[in-house]
Amino acid sequence: MTLEVRIRHSFGGFTLDAAFDAPAGVTVLFGRSGSGKTTIVNAVAGLLRPEGGRIAVDGRVLTDTEARVWLPPHRRRLGTIFQEGRLLPHLTVRQNLRYGAWFAPRDARREDMGRIVEMLGIGHLLDRRPGALSGGEKQRVAIGRALLSAPAAILADEPLAALDEARKAEILPYFERLRDEVAVPILYVSHAASEVARLATTVVALEAGRVVAQGPAAEVLGDPGVTPLGPREVGAVLETRVVAHHADGLTELSAGGVQLFLPRIARAEGARARVRIAAHEVLLSRGAPAGLSALNILPGTVREVRPGDGPGAIVALDTPAGRVLARVTRRSVAALSLAPGVPVHAVVKSVSVAPEDVGAR
Amino acid sequence: MDWLGPEEWQAVALSLRVSLWATVASLPLGILAAYALARWSFPGKQLLNGLVHLPLILPPVVTGYLLLLTFGTQGPVGGPLSELGIVFAFRWTGAALAAGVMAFPLMVRAIRLSIEAVDPRLEQASATLGASPPWVFVTVTLPLILPGVVAGAILAFAKAMGEFGATITFVSNIPGETRTIPSAIYAFLQVPGGEDAATRLVLVSVGVAMGALLLSEWIARRVAARVGGA
Repeated sequence: MTLEVRIRHSFGGFTLDAAFDAPAGVTVLFGRSGSGKTTIVNAVAGLLRPEGGRIAVDGRVLTDTEARVWLPPHRRRLGTIFQEGRLLPHLTVRQNLRYGAWFAPRDARREDMGRIVEMLGIGHLLDRRPGALSGGEKQRVAIGRALLSAPAAILADEPLAALDEARKAEILPYFERLRDEVAVPILYVSHAASEVARLATTVVALEAGRVVAQGPAAEVLGDPGVTPLGPREVGAVLETRVVAHHADGLTELSAGGVQLFLPRIARAEGARARVRIAAHEVLLSRGAPAGLSALNILPGTVREVRPGDGPGAIVALDTPAGRVLARVTRRSVAALSLAPGVPVHAVVKSVSVAPEDVGAR
Repeated sequence: MDWLGPEEWQAVALSLRVSLWATVASLPLGILAAYALARWSFPGKQLLNGLVHLPLILPPVVTGYLLLLTFGTQGPVGGPLSELGIVFAFRWTGAALAAGVMAFPLMVRAIRLSIEAVDPRLEQASATLGASPPWVFVTVTLPLILPGVVAGAILAFAKAMGEFGATITFVSNIPGETRTIPSAIYAFLQVPGGEDAATRLVLVSVGVAMGALLLSEWIARRVAARVGGA
């Protein structure tokens, strides 16, 4: 199950030239506003006709400009989740959910409505109309509607961007479940680092209409050369396991044998958790630090130093816990003689890891 | 209903029949024209727009005469149709045609405004869920513009009830065939002592117009509550 995307399109002095594959799981298309993300999603959905390119899902060609193939949106069978939900206002939630299933081909592999309703927690909303739903509820129904249309792939165009922080925190876990329970590829557009860190199986980083990196999430997010949102938003992702919840409000995690302490996270002992460590929250020390208040100290070696355009530099470390990125000044890089192969310790304050940066798996 | 004389009663029944047919028959065409003007771009769009609105601006007598020239038994359209047994001239069907043409601009205007108010992104969303363009129209566009369609239809019905100039020019004033309420009022006022009958028909006119207006308000409110509420 793969969504193959090759698109060339220019408009208003901007040229989009992007190629990537979205395998099963969540592929996050990641970049600033104006980098061409929405153009790509619209081209995949069939709402925009690209000048050139080929788009196929599971080998079924949706667009091929050379072969003059272009399927209209209603024949693509891509469940699309829009930023503003776009529920049909004259239908009830139940009718909205059934709408897509009604048009699906008879032989399509269908999701069970009861299961989806239960997974999204929208059972009590079925007889209401969209006008009476909150923003978060609307988005949950929109997810269900897309799933129940028996899609060959799911497109989500910044589905959380219109919601406030509390609603985002409410919806993100549903996308995590989607990633873990749905077999079809999910193409998810975002410009929020925490969404990428929590959801992505695969990351496609987009800058000014071009793909600058693509690959498994930990690899792309751990590459100091990939900064589609600018150096302030850089942060590597660690795969961890919950060891214990302590009485003082901390949760103990293990990442490749390294002990980490974070403010309490709502996951069971033994569960896997993804933790995003923002690069600007990481301190580096040449010697083993002593007498520090910070609880998390990861020994490692410098893999790469990337000086930025300004006074900063991004240092990539290999640690037993995984790749860690640190954003320090170039002055410190010189003072500590940081260079590939140099052993250092990365220091991370527990409270510097934001709750929205911790996700399932 | 013995307060209406048989002649008056005939005029009322004929008016209702003519207006109903005028409205029902022009509704699909009205929706199509409104949709084309609101959504499509094509060469001659301004021409179509002008043509639709022409009966609103032309003197009704001119419209009636043009209908007579076109749909009369010797006319370029009426001729071939009369061979098929469809005759408009001096028949109640002609009165319905005249009323429909005169009411058409009002109907198209109301429907067009409601189509322009529909968010095309909802139609896109329905297309991504697998609905082909005709299904998008039936399941999304049409339900959302229903208040406008109802308003347009009732406005057209009321206009058709009151149509006089084009009707009398095109199909004359034949009792029982083309003498609608306005023509009957006109005829009663031409003879001495006809004022009472004219007044009764005026009351019927006012009643039907008010009833249509209240009905359209009620339907529009019901539909709006269904779309917006819980």
